[in-house]
Amino acid sequence: MSTAPSEQGQPVASTGTAAVSVAGVSKVFASRKGADVTALEAVDLTIAPGEFVSLIGPSGCGKSTLLRLIADLDSPTSGSIEVFGKTARQARIDQAYGIAFQQAGLLPWRTVRSNIELPLELHRVGKPARAARSSELLALVGLSDFADKYPDQLSGGMQQRVAIARSLAESPGLLLMDEPFGALDEMTRERMQTELVRICAETGAAVVFVTHSIPEAVFLSNRVVVMSPRPGRIRDVIAVDLGRAEGRGEGLREADSFFEAVVAVRESLHGEPAGAPAARGVDQR
Amino acid sequence: MKQTASLPRTILAPVLLGVLAVALWQLAVVVLEIKPFVLPSPVSIATEFSSSVSSVWTASLVTGANALIGLLIGAIVGIIAAIIATVLPITDELSAPLVAAASVIPIVALAPVFYTMFGADKETARQLVAALAVFIPVYLNTLRGLRQARPVHRDLMRAYGASAWQATRAVTLPGAVPFLFIGLRIASSLAVISALIGEYFGGPIGGLGKSITSAAASSNYSLAYAYVLGAILLGLVFYVVTLGVEKLVSPHRASASAP
Repeated sequence: MSTAPSEQGQPVASTGTAAVSVAGVSKVFASRKGADVTALEAVDLTIAPGEFVSLIGPSGCGKSTLLRLIADLDSPTSGSIEVFGKTARQARIDQAYGIAFQQAGLLPWRTVRSNIELPLELHRVGKPARAARSSELLALVGLSDFADKYPDQLSGGMQQRVAIARSLAESPGLLLMDEPFGALDEMTRERMQTELVRICAETGAAVVFVTHSIPEAVFLSNRVVVMSPRPGRIRDVIAVDLGRAEGRGEGLREADSFFEAVVAVRESLHGEPAGAPAARGVDQR
Repeated sequence: MKQTASLPRTILAPVLLGVLAVALWQLAVVVLEIKPFVLPSPVSIATEFSSSVSSVWTASLVTGANALIGLLIGAIVGIIAAIIATVLPITDELSAPLVAAASVIPIVALAPVFYTMFGADKETARQLVAALAVFIPVYLNTLRGLRQARPVHRDLMRAYGASAWQATRAVTLPGAVPFLFIGLRIASSLAVISALIGEYFGGPIGGLGKSITSAAASSNYSLAYAYVLGAILLGLVFYVVTLGVEKLVSPHRASASAP
């Protein structure tokens, strides 16, 4: 496993290089009609090693775009992005991050095990090492009994677990996740969240997690980055202090501190002043 | 999804219908006293088939060999052409009108021309007709399959820093296989049909097509139908073998249904 997370679970204050450092990044998509769309404007964000940061906001706020820029799947119009002190492009080539999308994106003609081994195979890791690593990851996501099954024999939640195992294959110090639980039902979703918290604690990876769901963001994160649309900007960064992973059981979902954080994120998201009447109901989505 | 109807029901029902149809046919021929040159009875066809089974077999081998050679050549050329068209889009743009034209003309109509080109005493013309008929569906379906790469897979390959060749091997080629088999399934029947019809326009004797025409010309209608039965069986064999190869190659994805 890679570098250990900070003991306190708080952002490590500039000890060594940041996991992700986004400085003054803008992204403009040129449209055919000439009206350019500004997806992101002047975004600054620093993520410490081992820190779990969620990006939340309404559709079109550029949260997925920001993730894609960090992954170097797109390049920013201006500004700079560094991952572990390297350019985003170099970090991608060096496999500094693992990535998971809303769709599991498994290859249907490969077994579960061979799907998890795909990145290792592409980077010419030897067969015995690959098998050892995939066995480890299968155990980590609780799918050891399904190693030789094919994706179409698995449920949606299990497929997503395979995708997460695949993203961890090369023990990355950074995990990028774009709504990985977006297509799952609420029950599966909560179970997956609990598992993700455990997996992150075990691997010590920093995580950038894009989501629509306030409770999901609060439950998982050290910090929640609230974004606003047109143009995409960071409106607020809310620190969530719910304790370390070991303490984050199902009971936490009903704790007062959890609700307080949910309300704080919700108010920021809706741009309402604290204590406004509308803040009573908690949006459980 | 596959229907969960019980095995006896899925097999028994069509068999029962087939038996019923043959029985009705026999009844109609006997009761209505239909002349054999209009329609021979199933019993006489079956008798003729079993008594001349060796000559039907030899004829099937000739036509089958032509169909197989055509199928292999057409499929290989079709697959290679589809890969080239994917790698170099310009070749696709150049050849698109040609392929569209070729998919509209009845390929067997070219048989007489090929006989004069390659000689009427050779099987080449028939094999070429079959190959051309096979090429079109294999090329078009493989091309479609090669362009099916899902965005999430493309993103993944980029995230892994995979080279173009690695991405092609890991995602694009395997992803095109189900589409290739749609093309091959259509092509397998087309190969037999084309090779057989090609015989009607000339060339050496011995194949199923020639045997059907010569049996009919000598008023041996039951024998003609026996050869037709052989042709049906040959077509079925080609189709079933293709289907079997598909199941063998890709056991774990729902086979895409043929259009």
